[in-house]
Amino acid sequence: MALTKTQFGYRRHPDQDRAGANVAEHAVVVVGAGPVGLSLAIDMAQRGQSVVLLDDADRIGEGSRAICFSKRSLEFWDRLGIGQRMVNKGVVWSVGKIFHGDSQLYQFNLLPEQGHKRPAFINLQQFYAEAYLVDRVEELPTIDLRWRNKVAGLEPHNDHVVLSIQTPDGPYRLAAQYVIACDGARSSLRQMVGAEFAGQVFEDQFLIADVKMTAAFPTERWFWFDPPFHAGRSALLHKQPDDIWRIDLQLSRDADPAVEKLPENVRPRIARMLGHDKFDFEWISLYKFQCRRMNKFIHGRVIFAGDAAHQVSPFGARGANSGLEDAENLAWKLDRVLRGTSPEALLESYHIERSAAADENIRESTRSTDFMAPNSHQEARLRKAVLSLARETEFGKRMVNAGRLSTPSVYETPLSTADRDSWRGGPRPGASMPDAPVAGQGGERLYLTDAFIGAGTGFALLEFSNGAAPELPEGSGMIRVGGKGGLADSAGLAAKRYDAEPGTAYLLRPDGYVAARFRHPTREALDAALARAAGHN
Amino acid sequence: MALSTSSNFAKPDDAFRALVEAHRGLNDEQSADLDAALVLILANHIGDLDVLKEAIALAARRMLDAGQQQQQQQQ
Repeated sequence: MALTKTQFGYRRHPDQDRAGANVAEHAVVVVGAGPVGLSLAIDMAQRGQSVVLLDDADRIGEGSRAICFSKRSLEFWDRLGIGQRMVNKGVVWSVGKIFHGDSQLYQFNLLPEQGHKRPAFINLQQFYAEAYLVDRVEELPTIDLRWRNKVAGLEPHNDHVVLSIQTPDGPYRLAAQYVIACDGARSSLRQMVGAEFAGQVFEDQFLIADVKMTAAFPTERWFWFDPPFHAGRSALLHKQPDDIWRIDLQLSRDADPAVEKLPENVRPRIARMLGHDKFDFEWISLYKFQCRRMNKFIHGRVIFAGDAAHQVSPFGARGANSGLEDAENLAWKLDRVLRGTSPEALLESYHIERSAAADENIRESTRSTDFMAPNSHQEARLRKAVLSLARETEFGKRMVNAGRLSTPSVYETPLSTADRDSWRGGPRPGASMPDAPVAGQGGERLYLTDAFIGAGTGFALLEFSNGAAPELPEGSGMIRVGGKGGLADSAGLAAKRYDAEPGTAYLLRPDGYVAARFRHPTREALDAALARAAGHN
Repeated sequence: MALSTSSNFAKPDDAFRALVEAHRGLNDEQSADLDAALVLILANHIGDLDVLKEAIALAARRMLDAGQQQQQQQQ
């Protein structure tokens, strides 16, 4: 059922005409044009880098892959100029409901407060996301996207990598200062550098069916433990664009995949779940999963991102979203290293920050999986007790784990400057910037995340004005809230979310994470924080 | 806060009795279910992960001791 959604053409590149040792040299070669590789290439290009992007296929496949894209991913895509298109097409949601048996246990809202540009999540088929990203790539002349270019060999050197590439016209070679491997869970580059990819293998089988139907169910994430239509197991229902609904059913460990995925066997199950038979299948597949990551995300001049570097279970929407967080984390660092404005050691912080995030994602998604599919009688007994207590206690509800949905990690990182002042709230160094509604000078409504984009692609100082002219570190953008010429924070939400007083300043990294914060910054303190965040310590 | 292992009940026999009586008339399966719920309720009441882990370690030492005894008997 791997239907083609979008077909692209292979084109011969002049690099392929070079003979012998005279290989073309590029600064950055990204391998894999999935959501992570495409987003990374766009981010690098917007920073002024030329990028070669290789993909072994020449089409965007249909199929059931990522569907939930997080607020953080949308904010990243806003910076890449395609956030609005994703939101326009996607299904916006923030509410989840958990059922046990035939009754509701509780519901949660992932974004209960107003005043954010982006919702908690949108659901969007991965092939739409990829198609929109490819459209954006095609607007950027500094990205050279080469379809049907399959990396067949990798030769590492101290300061570059030589790739052997297969094409319909035969092989050629390419040199790159850095190769970014975004080639997915079965990464061939990972094998080429000889890296281990160990972790936990789960035996449980799940069946995914994407069905087309018109239904009046709300756009919420519905999860059942032990529903009447699927006794003893779990089920998930989630809406996607185009009247497509994602249904995820837990199967027994010994279920026969060939038998289980026959439409005549899937149909009655889903008819019981929906209460009717008026639907068509878009997709059916069975899957098992593993939770694992590479020990090191950086192997010399080959850097791994997304599923190539780490894999999680699907419960929690932590796969594609964490890959996109990898991309936004790496792009600005690699750009600075290539420009020589930061030492190569800055890249090590990519590994530090994102491998810790991978550990967190693996831990969270493993816990969800274990709750859904207990490994022993006693685990099942504890779960039964939790589900039962959830009916009458708040603590029981909070213990029910039907997937803890992706939120950005808070980095413990050498790039952060530790707090010296006293704070009662606000994002601490290493956390991503919260959004808030503000107004421009002409009264136009915008958000802090818009203002961050307007401040350029480098570091930015978010300052809550106290009237004095702020001293801005060199090369940084400026976001000023309050005061003459500043953004108006009429609802006070920016000040509230940043625990701000007049004079408060946050130094934001190019990926929108907090590097340092001060009640009354001095030029020296800002310069030191900036140097640290740029990897100069 | 550390796990308290001093005697905290004015009448320890009453507490033990309450636990015993809660299991009266239950089969093993029901008793295990009751204990699981009870552990979760009490753990939440304590609300301190360090104390919970200390309690788990103290309880788990019984498994270890039992294992060692078994080994010694076999030798």
